[in-house]
Amino acid sequence: MHPIVEREQLSPNVVRLVVEAPRIAKVRRPGQFVIVRKGPGAERIPLTIADNDAGAGTITLMIQAIGASTTELTNMQVGEAISDIAGPLGSETHLLKSGHAVCVGGGVGTAVLLPIVRALSQAGVHVTSVIGGRSREWVILERELRELGDVVTCTDDGSYGRHGFVTEALKDLLEAGGVDAVYAIGPVPMMKAVSAMTLPYNVPTTVSLNAIMVDGTGMCGGCRVTIDGETKYACVDGPEFDGHKVNYQELSDRLTTYRTFEQQALDKLGACATTEVKA
Amino acid sequence: MTDPASPVPAGEGAAPAPKPMSNKERMTIERVAMPEQPGDARAHNFGEVNQGLTYQLAMLEAERCIQCPKPFCVDGCPVRVNIPRFIKFLRDGDLPSAAESLLSDNALPCVTGRVCPQETQCEQVCIRNKKGDSVAIGYLERYVADWAQAHLDELPKADPAQTGRKVGIVGSGPAGLTAAGELAKLGHDVTVFEAFHAPGGVLIYGIPEFRLPKDIVQAEVDRLKGEGVKLELDSIIGRTYTIPELREEFDALFLAVGAGLPVFMNVPGENYKGVYSANEYLTRVNLMGAWSPDSKTPILHGQRVAVVGGGNVAMDAVRTARRLGAEEATIVYRRSANELPARAEEVHHAKDEGVRFEFQVAPIEVLADENRWVRGLKCVRMELGEPDASGRRRPKPIPDSEFTIDCDLVVVAIGTKANPLLTGSAPELKVNEWGYLVTDEYGMTSMPGVFAGGDIVRGAATVILAMGDGKRSAAAIDSWLRGEWPPAPEANLQKPEKKAAVAAG
Repeated sequence: MHPIVEREQLSPNVVRLVVEAPRIAKVRRPGQFVIVRKGPGAERIPLTIADNDAGAGTITLMIQAIGASTTELTNMQVGEAISDIAGPLGSETHLLKSGHAVCVGGGVGTAVLLPIVRALSQAGVHVTSVIGGRSREWVILERELRELGDVVTCTDDGSYGRHGFVTEALKDLLEAGGVDAVYAIGPVPMMKAVSAMTLPYNVPTTVSLNAIMVDGTGMCGGCRVTIDGETKYACVDGPEFDGHKVNYQELSDRLTTYRTFEQQALDKLGACATTEVKA
Repeated sequence: MTDPASPVPAGEGAAPAPKPMSNKERMTIERVAMPEQPGDARAHNFGEVNQGLTYQLAMLEAERCIQCPKPFCVDGCPVRVNIPRFIKFLRDGDLPSAAESLLSDNALPCVTGRVCPQETQCEQVCIRNKKGDSVAIGYLERYVADWAQAHLDELPKADPAQTGRKVGIVGSGPAGLTAAGELAKLGHDVTVFEAFHAPGGVLIYGIPEFRLPKDIVQAEVDRLKGEGVKLELDSIIGRTYTIPELREEFDALFLAVGAGLPVFMNVPGENYKGVYSANEYLTRVNLMGAWSPDSKTPILHGQRVAVVGGGNVAMDAVRTARRLGAEEATIVYRRSANELPARAEEVHHAKDEGVRFEFQVAPIEVLADENRWVRGLKCVRMELGEPDASGRRRPKPIPDSEFTIDCDLVVVAIGTKANPLLTGSAPELKVNEWGYLVTDEYGMTSMPGVFAGGDIVRGAATVILAMGDGKRSAAAIDSWLRGEWPPAPEANLQKPEKKAAVAAG
C-alpha cells in the first residue's frame, strides 16, 4: 500500500499527490513513469513521476481528471492509500548537457515537464519554460518553474500572461536564436504543432507520448507508436521520442480507441457521485 | 474453492476396501468422459468448461490403472509425478495420502490437471494407450489436486528445518512458483518478485477463466505462501531492482520471467484501432477482469473476430471472443489442421463452441474504414512448398488467391519473444541471438549462482515444461547452496526435456 501524504489541487482538474513509494523514490530518473492501480478492480494507469524525495521515500504524481479512473484517483485524500504503484518504467530523458533549452508544457503536460526542467537546470542548462492553458486557472506550476529558469505563460483567452498558444511564444524564441533543444509535453496536437515549428529551425525536439498501455513493460504492445516508419513501444522504447519522427495522426487516433467506453464510465461515475451527495 | 468438481461423499477416507480387481477386469473398464458444460451454453459464459470428475467417476477411472512395475507415464511427465503411486492411494480410497503423494511431486497440481497436454506426455506413453485408451491421468490428477485444495487442513504440515539461505525468484509464473515451492520445502528462504499486481504470470493474465479459474491459481499461490514463500508484487526486475542488486541480497537467483514480448505480423495496417496482440487482449480480459460487464478495464467487443495463429494462445483468444459476444470468431492459420500446435482438446472445444477455421491462409494486410477502425483482414491462400531446414514443408502463397475476411477485430497470436528489460539490466548475463538466456546443463546462467528456466530459456513453450525447469533448477540451486557443486549425478536432476516448439499454454 502507498499512503498519500500530501494533496494539492493545482487547477480545476489537476491534482498533485505525494505518495509513499520508497524504492521508486530511490531509483527513478527524469522522464520515467509508474503504473498506478488505485485498488482491487481498478484500471492500471501510467503516470509520469513528477518529483521524488529519496530521503522521505516519496514520489510526486500530477494527475489530470479525464476519465473515470483518473477522476477517482484525484478524489483521493491524505491518509488514503493507493494499492499498487509499479515502476519506475520507461527510459530516462536524454538531457541537454549545456546551452539553452526551451521546455513547452500544455495543461497537465507541464507537470510532466517539471522534472525535466529541474534536471536540466541542475546540469547548468539555461531553461526557458513556455507554459499555457485555456485561461489563468489552467496554468500550473509557474512558481516552481520560475525557481529553475525563465518562464513565459500563455493563455488561450488572454486572461493571464501572453494571449495565444504556446507555439506562438515558442516561435519568437526560435526566431531570436540560440535554442539548442526543445522539450514539449502536452496534448498531442500541441506536441505535433511544436515539432512542426522547430523542424525548419533544425532544433532537436523531444516529446513524451501518453499512449494507452496495460503493463508498462513491453508485454501488451498496446502502446505501439510509429516512429520514423517503425513500430516502437512507448512504455519501454519511450515514453520520450524525437518529436520530428512521430506519427501523430496514428497516436491521436489510437488514443480514441476506448472513447465510448470512457464516456460511459464517466457518466456512471457522475451518476454515483450525485447519488452519494444526495445521500 | 468454487470448483464444483470434488463432491466426495463424507467419510470416504475410511471406506472399506472391496476385493481387489484383477488386471483382466481392469482392462475391461472404459475410459470415463470428462463432464463438460454444453458447447452452445458455454460459448456465452466464462464458467469452467471441464467440470471435473465426480467421486464415482474418479474411483472408476483409478481402477483402470494396472500399476505397471516400470511405469512409462512417469518418464512422460516433465515434473516426474509418481503417477501410479497417487492413483493407487486414490483407488484405495486414501485421499489424504493420494494428495500428499501428488503435492510432493508437483507444486501446482490444480493447474497441471487442467492445462497440461497429457495426451502428448504421460497419457501418450501409458501402456493402455497401446490397445485402447490410456488412463485419464490428467482427470485423476485434477480430482486429487482439487480434493487436496479443499482439505488442506487434513494434510500433514511440512515443517522443514530452515537453512537460512535466501533465494530470489524473478517471475511468479509456472516455472517461478514451482521452484519456489520446491525450495521452500527444502527449508530455504524464498522471495518471488512479480511485475504485475497479482501473482501467477501466464496462469493469471494469459489462460482464460473458462480453462483455469483464477481463484484456483490464487489458492495454489496461497498454499505456497502458507509453506513460507514470500511474494513481492509490482516489482519489475530490470527497473525496480537490477539483477546485480538482487544477486547481492540473495544467495542464489532463479530467473523465470517468461517470453513476454508479443510478436506482430508486420503487415500494413497493424496499428489500426481494433488490432490487439493476444497478450493485450487476454490480459485485459483475464488479469484486468474485462470479461465481467462491471469491469473498469475497457475491451473491444468484436462482432466478427479474426484470430491469427494456431496455438493454445490463439484458441484461448478465439474462445474468449465468442464469450465476449462475437457472432463469428475465426482462426486464421497458415498451415493445415494437422499442423495446429494447439492441444487437441482446445481445438475440439473451440469447434464445439462454433469457432470457424481458415486453414492455409496468411494475412497480408489489415483493412480499416475511414475512421481507421478495422473492417477486414486481407489474406492470401497458402500451399505447402519444399521442406525447410526443420524438415517441415514450408507454406507458400498461391498466386492471385487474395481474399478478405470481414471482421471488426483482429487478435494476433503468432507467438512471443524474450523481453530485454531484465537481461538488459545485467550485461554479464549471456543471451543467445534471440535474446533468450543461455544456461548450462544445470540451468545456471553465465552469472554464478544465477539460474534460469521456463520460456526465457527455451522460448515460448508450455506451462508444464516451465514447471519441469522450475523443479530441476530448484534441485540444482539446493546443491549450489549446500556447496555441492557440480551436483552429484544421482541428485534429483533429471535430464531437461527437449526444447519443444509449441505455443504457450
